[in-house]
Amino acid sequence: MADAARFGVRPLASIVEAVGRTPLLRLHALEAEEGLLSAGVELYAKLEFQNPGGSVKDRPALQMILDASATGRLGPKKGVLDSTSGNTGVAYAWIGAALGLRITLVMPENVSDARKQITRAYGAKLIFSDPMEGSDGAIRLAQKLAAQRPDEYAYLDQYGNPANPKAHFLGTGREIWEATRGRVTHFVAGIGTSGTLMGTGRRLKRENPAVRVVGVEPDDPFHGLEGLKHLRSSIVPAIYRAEDRDETLFISTDEGWSMAERLGKRVGLLVGHSSGAAIAGALRVAGRLRDAGEKGVVVTVLPDRADRYFEPSRPGA
Amino acid sequence: MVKVRIPASLRSFTKNQEVVEVAGSTVGEVLAALEQSYPGIGPRLLDEKGGVRRYVNVFCNDEDIRFLEQLSTKVQDGDRISLVPAIAGGAR
Repeated sequence: MADAARFGVRPLASIVEAVGRTPLLRLHALEAEEGLLSAGVELYAKLEFQNPGGSVKDRPALQMILDASATGRLGPKKGVLDSTSGNTGVAYAWIGAALGLRITLVMPENVSDARKQITRAYGAKLIFSDPMEGSDGAIRLAQKLAAQRPDEYAYLDQYGNPANPKAHFLGTGREIWEATRGRVTHFVAGIGTSGTLMGTGRRLKRENPAVRVVGVEPDDPFHGLEGLKHLRSSIVPAIYRAEDRDETLFISTDEGWSMAERLGKRVGLLVGHSSGAAIAGALRVAGRLRDAGEKGVVVTVLPDRADRYFEPSRPGA
Repeated sequence: MVKVRIPASLRSFTKNQEVVEVAGSTVGEVLAALEQSYPGIGPRLLDEKGGVRRYVNVFCNDEDIRFLEQLSTKVQDGDRISLVPAIAGGAR
């Protein structure tokens, strides 16, 4: 994609200006393989790994930091604190480096070494929570630290911060509406903090109330779809509003992983497992339209690339 | 008896116990005993062919059994096994 088309011909004043305006890709190969093309059902994916930090989380992290700065919550002595299982941490870390802010991240100890190394390379400070308690354990530890040191930390709370869905309302949703020229009929996205689904969904429904907003969740509390949350067994994010989504689809870890592999081999997109789950969900929606003889424009979001999850192998492994 | 640490996402099977004790001389036997005591937990950990699901990490005394002898890894009384979903598709 031509950067001139994405960002204009003038130079960027800061790398943070490169957040958003990601490409929307039509998945012709999957449309053909699934018999969607002949049925008039179109399938699109928003390539969020094209953000500077490599994931969709650049959008909410930047918006949360900008809003906190605007209200005086951040400064030389008061840095960002939040819990994250990965991508939000990477986003905070690089944005903090670019804007000169101190960043402290609480992560479950079992996040990948790659995550730890990337965030540390940007100068972020890491605090680890019990791996047996998952992302909710990281949330509870971050809340505790924030309460203990209110002068040191501005707890941005990605699960409860309205700037998270706002980033998608102003960015992702508007971009999808424009790129599809208002033809989008269904929006499908995985639920982690629920920011993508809530913010994008609200924007699309404001433009056209007939747009259906479909969430994707793991089918089991014990799953391997990083970044996604099984809401019924988790701390439900404060920004989540059940009435703002029309339907939830439950995807198994195996289905998400297999779809991610299929995207690599058939489309040339090596994406993370949550992207696999998102496409699996989008294909279910598209398949239903095909079977019902209805046309549609189904759009989903691919949060990150697979290389974020690759581990250096151990000798002999 | 071997102590098995249960992650929050599987505690619905163990009446919210964080640590349970089961018998067995290999990790495979311990996981089988776990299923006996807490029916339903086994299929979350093992696939149809009986192997550890690829997104599940099993640690025996803090070492990933993939780097030991997989399910044949021997265990003794007092050993600790931890069941950890692979948040990031890999080890710790």
